[in-house]
Amino acid sequence: MRALQEKAKELLESGKVGVIIGYGNGSGERVRPVFVRNSADVAKLVSDNRCRLNLSTYLFKPELKKIGRPAIVAAPATVKSIIQLISENQLKSSDVVTLVVEDDAVVELGDNASLEAYSASHPVVFPPFARKEIETIAGMSLQERFKYWQDELSRCFKCYACRAACPLCYCERCITDNNRPQWVCVPSHAQGNFEWHMNRAMHLAGRCIECGSCTIACPVGIPIGLLTIEASRIVEQEFGFRPGLRCDAPSALSSFKVDDKESFIV
Amino acid sequence: MTFITRDNLLVFLRSIIDSGKELYAPQLRAEKIFFLPVKDVSSVVFDYVQTVESPKELLFPKVERMLSYHYVDGKMNVTDCSRGQKTADRVLFGSRPCDAIGLKTLAEFFRQDIPDTFVQRRQDSLTVVSMSCAGSDENCFCTSVGAGPGDSTGSDVLLTPVRDKRYLVECLTEKGKFLVESEKELFDEGEEINKEEYLTKLLQTFSHKEIAGKLSGAFNNPIWDEASLRCLGCGACAYVCPVCSCFDIQDEGNSRKGDRLRCWDSCGFALFTLHTSGHNPRPTQSTRWRQRVMHKFSYMPERYNLLGCVGCGRCSRACPADMNLKEELNALDHILEEGRQRVEERQ
Amino acid sequence: MENSFEPKIVAFVCNWCTYAGADLTGTSRTKYATNVRIVRFPCTGRIDYNLLLKAFEQGADGVIVSGCHPNDCHYTSGNFHARRRWIVFRQMMEYMGIDMRRVKFSWVSAAEGAKWAEIVNETVQEICDLDPSKEFSETAIQKVA
Repeated sequence: MRALQEKAKELLESGKVGVIIGYGNGSGERVRPVFVRNSADVAKLVSDNRCRLNLSTYLFKPELKKIGRPAIVAAPATVKSIIQLISENQLKSSDVVTLVVEDDAVVELGDNASLEAYSASHPVVFPPFARKEIETIAGMSLQERFKYWQDELSRCFKCYACRAACPLCYCERCITDNNRPQWVCVPSHAQGNFEWHMNRAMHLAGRCIECGSCTIACPVGIPIGLLTIEASRIVEQEFGFRPGLRCDAPSALSSFKVDDKESFIV
Repeated sequence: MTFITRDNLLVFLRSIIDSGKELYAPQLRAEKIFFLPVKDVSSVVFDYVQTVESPKELLFPKVERMLSYHYVDGKMNVTDCSRGQKTADRVLFGSRPCDAIGLKTLAEFFRQDIPDTFVQRRQDSLTVVSMSCAGSDENCFCTSVGAGPGDSTGSDVLLTPVRDKRYLVECLTEKGKFLVESEKELFDEGEEINKEEYLTKLLQTFSHKEIAGKLSGAFNNPIWDEASLRCLGCGACAYVCPVCSCFDIQDEGNSRKGDRLRCWDSCGFALFTLHTSGHNPRPTQSTRWRQRVMHKFSYMPERYNLLGCVGCGRCSRACPADMNLKEELNALDHILEEGRQRVEERQ
Repeated sequence: MENSFEPKIVAFVCNWCTYAGADLTGTSRTKYATNVRIVRFPCTGRIDYNLLLKAFEQGADGVIVSGCHPNDCHYTSGNFHARRRWIVFRQMMEYMGIDMRRVKFSWVSAAEGAKWAEIVNETVQEICDLDPSKEFSETAIQKVA
């Protein structure tokens, strides 16, 4: 933590960055996103295992962009999301100083190569139970799976916290905001919820880097990550593609191979 | 004073279900507490600070049909859902005093200008049996908004947990008396006690009346920018809030049949105030955060003499970015006070 | 068939291959099941999976999605993109518990009039053997409880 605060001070004082996006102590036992602009405030920054919300979603906030070049305190999943954003032309590695905290030392990942190297040596970090849950769901019968998801999604009230917390949901105008046609019904009835979550999973297929922010953000405890992770798992299984590893990777669903295999087209 | 034991309370709840009423009470789901319809009273939980969602959907559901139409045999049949049958009799058990005030405020809000028959009907058939607070957490601030952990406003019956799994019972309205008297033998008379001793202690940290005064001059103050930096613009706070009442109306159907539905909306969404022209009077999160706070603490008191917040703290607990309303209001209070003093000094 | 259930099938087809193929079925005077309503797209690459959801929501019992064979797309690569999308969509739908036997994906070229009739007949038969679209109409598209 000390090292992080020192590094932050150095970056701010040298003028290399205008704001540090990191975590600070919040209400009760929580942490919250903090935006440090003065070297006097670096003591606010903390780094521990409570720091799970992916902060790269703030890189697109207009109010923050106005402040100046950001440095971001990154967990492995955050690095992966930055790589994925670079591969989707939303960011350049020079737009943001990525700071990773390892054993009380702070490493600055300043270019594509160092980001990729870090990502490759740090595997996916969504809570370990998620894999098991996906296997459990896959092992259910079709009717059981239907009932499971209808039950879970019945709590959804379309607050879109999952969308707001996800760094890869950066569209300025989301599919839900269109009303010609109304692809996704606005009300949170069963149809509206199903359409929203199906669309979100499809839009994150091959892009979800499994940070778990959507699940953390959901106020009613729906395991949303289980949908987007499954979509990415399908992409990996079928097309051999994993997001968050290469800054120059093509987009999985915007590209194709002539010999993509399937067994269901007659 | 009247009391009831925990065991008899469960019998009482059972009798409510058996009498044909719908019972809503706090239950565990996905490791969180929600107000849910009760089938088995053993699933009702007692040991928690607050539910995730408010009980407002008993008056103001997430999705409500306003009218429906159906083209049959060459004729268009329209059903106006604001008329017609009474809603089912319901009992809400376990709402906190802040929730009961929230329900009362929400219903009152929907009576302004043109009374809303949907909300009114639901309120008429709802009996509110609240539970005072023996515990609270860092997000609660009911005492700063004119309420308290044992406040009886808005409840038909108020229970307060005292020693040994016993509850003090206060019948506050005719509806409440009717419900209690239907199972008189479950309740017993006991000694006089001081209810305050059993309630959680919650320090008042600001005065909502003073804040309303300070806010009225704060529209152009730069404080809103700083406070809203971490707000992500989702709808979680508005949806879990007992008093937030913004809604959208959606028409879903085709030329043969369809519905007009009312559903929840949130002023935090970027598109909430987007005009068809493309102009958005609240284009930044800062303007939307300002709207949220001022609507609750300045506009509503000014226009309707209703406070738009009950201090339940749900917004803070639900917020993924930990926007803590109590903290923000204390900070606002402080900054606005400093500003006011500086102006005075200059004069 | 004993039961009198006539499934409603919606077919999303591409203009250059399958639509032309279906036309050939007609001009060849081939008789086939009349349950299908064809919606014409320039290319399968244009078919949004949301349209399939909407078809079911509006009461379809089954859906056919059909286009040019790989390497024969009029726009070169539209059907390749579509194929990738369908591979993911199908598995996601099954993961959420929707029976994807209700959706048939096929490649039907402009010369395969007979194949089109076969596809439609098969689909109608298969849908008849499944229950009328219950999970969607009774649960997943519930408006108000």
